[in-house]
Amino acid sequence: MRAILNVWGCAGMRKTQNLSTPTRPYFHTPILSLLFLIVVTLFFVPVQAEAEIDSIRSITDTRLQMPTWDQLIRVLTLRDYNTRVVVLGTLFLGSASGVIGTFMFLRKRALVGDAASHAALPGIGLAFIVMASVGGDGKYLPGLLLGAFISGLIGMGFILLIRHFTRLKEDAALGIVLSVFFGLGISILGVIQKMNIGHAAGLESFIYGKTASMLAQDAYLMGGAALVVTLLCGLLFKEFSLLCFDQDFACSQGWPVLFLDTLIMALVVAVTVMGLQAVGLILMVALLIIPPAAARFWTHHLYKMIFISAAIGSASGLLGAALSALVPRLPAGAIIVLITSSIFLMSLVFGPARGVLSRSIEQWTLNRKVASQHLLRAMYEWAEIHKNTQKSDDPLKGMTIRDLFGVRSWSHKQLKRILLRAQRQGMIYRGGDRTYHFTENGEWQSKRVVRNHRLWELYLVTHADIAPSHVDRDADQIEHVLERSMVDKLEKLLLSEHPNIGVIPPSPHDIGSKGLKQRSRK
Amino acid sequence: MKASQAIGSEHSSTAPVSIHDMTVAYHRKPVLWDVDFDAPEGKLIGIIGPNGAGKSTMIKAVLDLIPKASGRVSIYGKPYKRQRRLVAYVPQRETVDWDFPVHALDVVTMGRYGQIGWCKPVTRAHKDQAMAALERVGMADYARRQISQLSGGQQQRVFLARALVQEAQIYFMDEPSSGVDAATEKAIITLLQDLRSSNKTVLVVHHDLQTVSDYFDYLILLNMRIVAAGSTRDVFTKENLHKTYGGRLTLLDEAAQAIAR
Repeated sequence: MRAILNVWGCAGMRKTQNLSTPTRPYFHTPILSLLFLIVVTLFFVPVQAEAEIDSIRSITDTRLQMPTWDQLIRVLTLRDYNTRVVVLGTLFLGSASGVIGTFMFLRKRALVGDAASHAALPGIGLAFIVMASVGGDGKYLPGLLLGAFISGLIGMGFILLIRHFTRLKEDAALGIVLSVFFGLGISILGVIQKMNIGHAAGLESFIYGKTASMLAQDAYLMGGAALVVTLLCGLLFKEFSLLCFDQDFACSQGWPVLFLDTLIMALVVAVTVMGLQAVGLILMVALLIIPPAAARFWTHHLYKMIFISAAIGSASGLLGAALSALVPRLPAGAIIVLITSSIFLMSLVFGPARGVLSRSIEQWTLNRKVASQHLLRAMYEWAEIHKNTQKSDDPLKGMTIRDLFGVRSWSHKQLKRILLRAQRQGMIYRGGDRTYHFTENGEWQSKRVVRNHRLWELYLVTHADIAPSHVDRDADQIEHVLERSMVDKLEKLLLSEHPNIGVIPPSPHDIGSKGLKQRSRK
Repeated sequence: MKASQAIGSEHSSTAPVSIHDMTVAYHRKPVLWDVDFDAPEGKLIGIIGPNGAGKSTMIKAVLDLIPKASGRVSIYGKPYKRQRRLVAYVPQRETVDWDFPVHALDVVTMGRYGQIGWCKPVTRAHKDQAMAALERVGMADYARRQISQLSGGQQQRVFLARALVQEAQIYFMDEPSSGVDAATEKAIITLLQDLRSSNKTVLVVHHDLQTVSDYFDYLILLNMRIVAAGSTRDVFTKENLHKTYGGRLTLLDEAAQAIAR
């Protein structure tokens, strides 16, 4: 076998070296030889690029031919019939793999797709041998794909058998099938090279994928199969989602779990096989796993997740195929994977359902809410103490920043910020002598906060048997996340037990200035 | 049906569940020996026994979720395969991934899937039925919540609602009260008693011995085999409990290991 990995790149290199060697003896001084090296290097690039135009590219050869402006326009506007069909075919492929991938992902069998694609390789080789030896065109695509499909299915069958008859776990079964079939496939491709039948070059493009070599009819085949897979998933949406969520329950209702499982696997194999030409078998798994994983960040609903996953898959397919048509030296599989993973990263950050950003915003909003509730409670409790000790007529008389420092452990900057925000929100206002006072709204809010806090403290003391001296901090953590319904339940429960606690229950622990200071030191 | 004819003459053909000489093995190792039992109709039946006694295994084997090494089960005199519509099942809460992207209402609707049939879509009417079931377990407010945002007790109620929506005659429930708060447990038991009073048969795996005599009117005491089965008043005795919980039968256990070898 000529090469799977790197030989063609080297072959091209050898050619250029042959061109350059005769000039060497004329230069002897180091400076001249240095100059010579520079000149040769300048020559080297165009010469080698030319030399390689008809040779087949290699994966490790990374020099790119940038597309001309004209090419760019042609591809982006889908002006060529062939490009148009190939790009659309890949789009359908991406959407189908996004859909079936979602079920795979939720069934926690994401890597089955990887095993399926690797298991397809021997089928390609064997199909080629059969077709070439009966005198047909060895590279007749539907034949090759049929071979790949059958061999992929056999691989899946082996996974099921290994799982069923040995006590090996699924991951081991996957690993065995993946490596054994891939090794077998590579050997068969090697044998084909030796056999000298047909025109075998190009079979390797199934490993890395090559949209550039696709014809319109190949794309029709791919798009058609993708449509069938998507339709089947639509028809069996209910069955597949039940199986993925609760296999035992599905089984108890009489759904043929094994059949459904096998069907999902067969659809995965079908999508994988269709993607072999465009994406290649090594990276096909990315198109099955990454779109659903990214979609999960956008929604908590299965319907939407499938649509989003399909959209991500088709966007990746579309862009990947288009880019690969522009820069033919880049393997399509690699581009598609890079695009899917950029979408994944974006989803990870910006996804509204569980993205990093939306979570941080939630956390940030909560922190702000907590801070302002702390302020309100601190001011209320301070006023409460001073009502008791100083017998002042105004229970909510103004409070200075210094007073506030005695109540909680906040930094100067922090406190200023919180005070400013509370002023903006119309909770407090600044009176003379640099004192802060509640507005009407602020007073009402503060009473609500204190009431929730005290109710919760009371509940912890009377129902959870937590010592009164400890409940303050516990309640502090809970009170800000209390939902309306929980407060209602709490009130109902406590009011039935303590009918005369009033609007603001008394604190179960000492909130005198000492107690407050102690707390601030914590 | 062959199986129904083959059920021994000592078994009533009208019992909701009748288990005939059932032995269940995991990887050839028997975990449940010779279970022979007729469930009476319209009773709330508790299945109790220590950890590893085979309580869940018994339910799963009856429902064909795991293969039986030997024995037969009939539901109202016919094999389970032909009577699925009459049976509802509540698996243990831990067996599913609660991070699954569905709402509480979607999960409950799954209870109707068996009746809806292949490839047909879920309709408004099915959702309404599911909603009614959610209301019955006091979870109507949470219908549109993603299931991971529910507490353990709420998740359990969603599972119960899913079984209710199956509109079955027989309910199998695997530890519905494990890991739930007292209020939920009470709500669950009230619901089960409602089911019983409308002449449904309910079999419940239960782990809390303190509440057994309050909740159930019929008991199966299980420890690798049926130690005793009968009305709670008759079988919930110190002696039976000692036999059930007094440790595994060492020789039986060793025999099972030997078979598995």
